[in-house]
Amino acid sequence: MLEVIDLHVRYGNIEALHGISFTVREGEMVALLGANGAGKTTTLHTLMRLPPPEGPVVTKGTIRFRGADLIGAPAHEVVAAHGIGLVPEGRHIFGNLTVMENLHIATFARKDRAAIKQDLDRVFALFPRLADRKNQRADTLSGGEQQMLAMGRAFMSGVRWILLDEPSMGLSPLLMQELFRVLKELNETGTTILVVEQNAHLALRYAHRAYVLETGRIVMEGPAHELAQNPEIKRAYLG
Amino acid sequence: MSGRGPSRWRDRERQESRVFVDTLLQNILNALQWGSFYALIALGYTLVYGVLLLINFAHGDIFMVGAYIGFFVANFLLGAYAFKIPANLSPPLVFALTILLTMALTALVGVTLERVAYRPLRRRGAPRLYVVITALMCGLLLENGNLALLGASRRSFPTLIPPAVYDLGGVLVTNVKILVIIATVLVFFFLEAVVRKTKLGMAMRAISYDRMAVPLMGIPVDRVIVFTFILGSSMAALGGVLFASAYPVLEPYMGALIGWKAFIAAVIGGIGEIRGAFVGGFLLGFVEIFVAAFFPSTLRDLIAFSILLVFLSFRPTGFFGVARATKI
Repeated sequence: MLEVIDLHVRYGNIEALHGISFTVREGEMVALLGANGAGKTTTLHTLMRLPPPEGPVVTKGTIRFRGADLIGAPAHEVVAAHGIGLVPEGRHIFGNLTVMENLHIATFARKDRAAIKQDLDRVFALFPRLADRKNQRADTLSGGEQQMLAMGRAFMSGVRWILLDEPSMGLSPLLMQELFRVLKELNETGTTILVVEQNAHLALRYAHRAYVLETGRIVMEGPAHELAQNPEIKRAYLG
Repeated sequence: MSGRGPSRWRDRERQESRVFVDTLLQNILNALQWGSFYALIALGYTLVYGVLLLINFAHGDIFMVGAYIGFFVANFLLGAYAFKIPANLSPPLVFALTILLTMALTALVGVTLERVAYRPLRRRGAPRLYVVITALMCGLLLENGNLALLGASRRSFPTLIPPAVYDLGGVLVTNVKILVIIATVLVFFFLEAVVRKTKLGMAMRAISYDRMAVPLMGIPVDRVIVFTFILGSSMAALGGVLFASAYPVLEPYMGALIGWKAFIAAVIGGIGEIRGAFVGGFLLGFVEIFVAAFFPSTLRDLIAFSILLVFLSFRPTGFFGVARATKI
């Protein structure tokens, strides 16, 4: 279980989160909704313990994951030791590496060869396009393929908790559906998912629960199907 | 009798063209050796730049430190100090050990520099300009630290490999020259393999493309940076020992000019690219040696760098460099 309690963070002198608290339980798929600048990306970067300039400074609060305190952990250990991964906004794939190298480099800290092989088969089964293009430089992929690679790469790092930042951004409606179907499949086979999404329709259809962030505070939370019916949410996010 | 005149002419012509070819080959060999030194130093600039986007201006002085460490290691192994090793080593063994120990110790100096000077600045998110200035200051520190510690007097590097000169049909080549060229070619293939095939090498390439995503792969960025400094510094040390074997005079400022020139070589080749460091290094070696072959040697640098300046104005990113696309 991931527990965030009264988290305050700031970038420079500007406080970006004013004491947010939320939990994600093992096996859940949780959505984090909110307008631009609400603090969604900040929340994910804080959880990952990314160093500045991307990550903010935590001034107060705790992040507890499976009983361990994450605040003092460096980002690479959040991934390698605690098993939480991030698919960042804008994908951030390594364009100068091949698709295969991108997947391979994600196994940097892993020693379990047999499991790595299994994971690779799994990624290629989920995203057959990546198998077709495995020897291509990653910057030659289309936007949708890059998003698949970014997700495959997170999976290859061995994590079973995946945070996703705006995964549907820049994708066609058809690809968005496809992507969320894959997320659902991953979730149903044991991956816990926390997804930040602008497309509230989509997120609320697939997630179990959701939180709504507004200017650094959580203003609403609940089961996804309830939030989808909430008149305020409808007005603000579902149009 | 009648054919003697023209045949003598032909002999003379043949001889002249042979002399020309011999001189050409001789200069090519000299250029390859000279370029090797540039290439071995340029590597360090290019590796660190690729990973940190930092021009490590202390790197030329790391080359100097390498030569000095090599000097002390070699003398120690030869039994020149009070504290001796209880064995009589054969000259090739002394040479090999000197190179390996010097590479290891110099790598330690490079890593220390990273730890003490660059890492704290990185932690505080200092702008790159400040880090570059720090690198410049570190270089001056190394030069003047050496001066303070060891004095201004020059030192002569011991002869580790008995000099031998081979006459390849009129072209003279020393064993050191052959060694330098072969070592540099081997280093090229070694580094290419490291960067292409190992996970650390892949991480080095990944950092140069997208630094933010690297820790998300479970990769400790600092470890990759330390590895980069180890590679760069140890290759500069190899260059330092080889240089001192070919030109056995050591002085504290020996790394300054050659370091600047190697930096230029790295840029000419396309900074951030390993093959760029080699191509740039050899290109600079060839330009310098051939300019000196045809013009007074006082004009060497003037003409050589004018040529390179013209080259850069046509290809500002060097041979292999690509302009970095600004990511949105």
